Amino acid sequence: MMPVSGNELSKMTIAEARDALRGGDVTSAELTEACLSQIEGAGALGAFVHDTPEIAREQARAADERIKAGDAPDMCGIPLGIKDLFCTRGVPSQAASRILEGFKPEYESTVSGKLLEAGAVMLGKLNMDEFAMGSSNETSVYGNAVNPWRREGDEAPLTPGGSSGGSAAAVAADLCLAATGTDTGGSIRQPAAFTGITGIKPTYGRCSRWGIVAFASSLDQAGPMTKDVRDAAIMLEAMCGHDAKDSTSADLAVPDFEAMLTGDIKGKRIGIPKEYHMDGMPAEIEALWAEGRKMLEDAGAEMVDISLPHTKYALPAYYVIAPAEASSNLARYDGVRYGHRARLAQGDGITEMYEKTRAEGFGHEVQRRVMVGTYVLSAGFYDAYYNRARKVRTLIKRDFETVFADGIDAILTPTTPSAAFGLGEMTEADPVAMYLNDVFTVTVNLAGLPGISVPAGLGSKGLPLGLQLIGRPWEEGDLLNTAYALEQAAGFVAKPQKWW
Amino acid sequence: MSIDKETAAKVAKLARIKVEDEDLPALASEFNAVLGFIEQLGEVDVTGVEPMVSVTPMRLKRREDVVTDGGQQEKVLSNAPDAREGFFAVPKVVE
Repeated sequence: MMPVSGNELSKMTIAEARDALRGGDVTSAELTEACLSQIEGAGALGAFVHDTPEIAREQARAADERIKAGDAPDMCGIPLGIKDLFCTRGVPSQAASRILEGFKPEYESTVSGKLLEAGAVMLGKLNMDEFAMGSSNETSVYGNAVNPWRREGDEAPLTPGGSSGGSAAAVAADLCLAATGTDTGGSIRQPAAFTGITGIKPTYGRCSRWGIVAFASSLDQAGPMTKDVRDAAIMLEAMCGHDAKDSTSADLAVPDFEAMLTGDIKGKRIGIPKEYHMDGMPAEIEALWAEGRKMLEDAGAEMVDISLPHTKYALPAYYVIAPAEASSNLARYDGVRYGHRARLAQGDGITEMYEKTRAEGFGHEVQRRVMVGTYVLSAGFYDAYYNRARKVRTLIKRDFETVFADGIDAILTPTTPSAAFGLGEMTEADPVAMYLNDVFTVTVNLAGLPGISVPAGLGSKGLPLGLQLIGRPWEEGDLLNTAYALEQAAGFVAKPQKWW
Repeated sequence: MSIDKETAAKVAKLARIKVEDEDLPALASEFNAVLGFIEQLGEVDVTGVEPMVSVTPMRLKRREDVVTDGGQQEKVLSNAPDAREGFFAVPKVVE
């Protein structure tokens, strides 16, 4: 049923809103006001960190005119949240870091620009882990984003996951219709799973990285975070496409992803990788995975046990490659061209300026990763760590190529090894414990493949759990269709109870 | 391989991040936790394996070697913490 009353409008999906906008049942101005009022009342979620209501109202007005004229693309008039990692013209874009305090880009990232050109409305910028480094949104200079979900009978605040934690919280709490995210090791899929929404990371090269603050350039990809699979298909299509400004962007036609959602997966061969059964994995995750297997089987797919033998080495390889690339990418934050510069003492030279600026501007986790990256790239260790990790990455990709060559169409895994955990629960743990959150997602980035998380059920404490599907390179359409079949079978409709 | 205080200080220096002396032991121990984790890569047989250069095999596009942008001095400098007379300003670097 179509929600129509004012405070229900922000609950709409992109597809529902698109059809209602075209049918004249609602205006973008009304949708936008509904979202703005939800955002205003949701400060406790820490999701939106820079609100842009004036821009949103102006864009909504323009969208309504365009819709009236009758040539509006699917995203026209749809109110969105944009992750703070995307540079947005004239609007603070800080990557949740102190070092970019006050930075207002003079340009628009290609992906957010494509969405805006399609008529989408930007409600504001969304919280995240600093420079997208984290799995709990606890490394943000803005403070934590909070999961709209709570454990049954427990008011302890939970993480929405990370790094796209603000995006996940905003979509799950219906503050916006959808949001952009980015994913370097699982930063779209893990928060999507923790908040009961859908998130897809496309094949490396599908979305231009131009204008997105770089973390690890060989792994970073943007993608949509949405209320369902259909919306993921619609919004992903609007974000994809070749961009001459990103030399790694693929010059390939972008298919009509939504048209590929038939729900028919008869005869598809879907792999279950035995290496993803982890010691100590909670029973509810194993159970969900088994249910997912059955759902796809009942939908007509052939389920095949497969092996991805180098899975175990994905996280360690990632924690060499990602920090190495980050140490290089983050060298640009030097207090000269933009952002924060430390106050200098009498006699301080340029080296003191760099060192003090970066010590003040970067948070603890970012400093640690930059330094680990510096170490693994330093003379004498380059071969032992960095080159070895890149060789292991070749083997990880080869694992996937082998199963795809054997006729596997997609791979089903849990998205995360647990449900959302409490904010602060992991702060005392050593950094590696936090890194384990990405154990099922990081392989996909290393191999450059598309991966999607679909909410598939509730765990024992009443928290959402997600299943991940991994697809063949460039076959997002087929992957989305398998996800659509899984979504229909799982029938996940639960919503967090409003407490904020 | 264990990282001591001196190595931690050297890495911080290379990364141009000021770390106070009293924070170095904690930093070294965090490095050791992370490096202990990545040490596992030593178990993998990588004989004859090429290090990955590009995850999606593609030929980088060529483009005309022409000026496509420029003349935006004001915009380029608009976010600088210290810009003077059309330049980025930094502490004195030449004696």
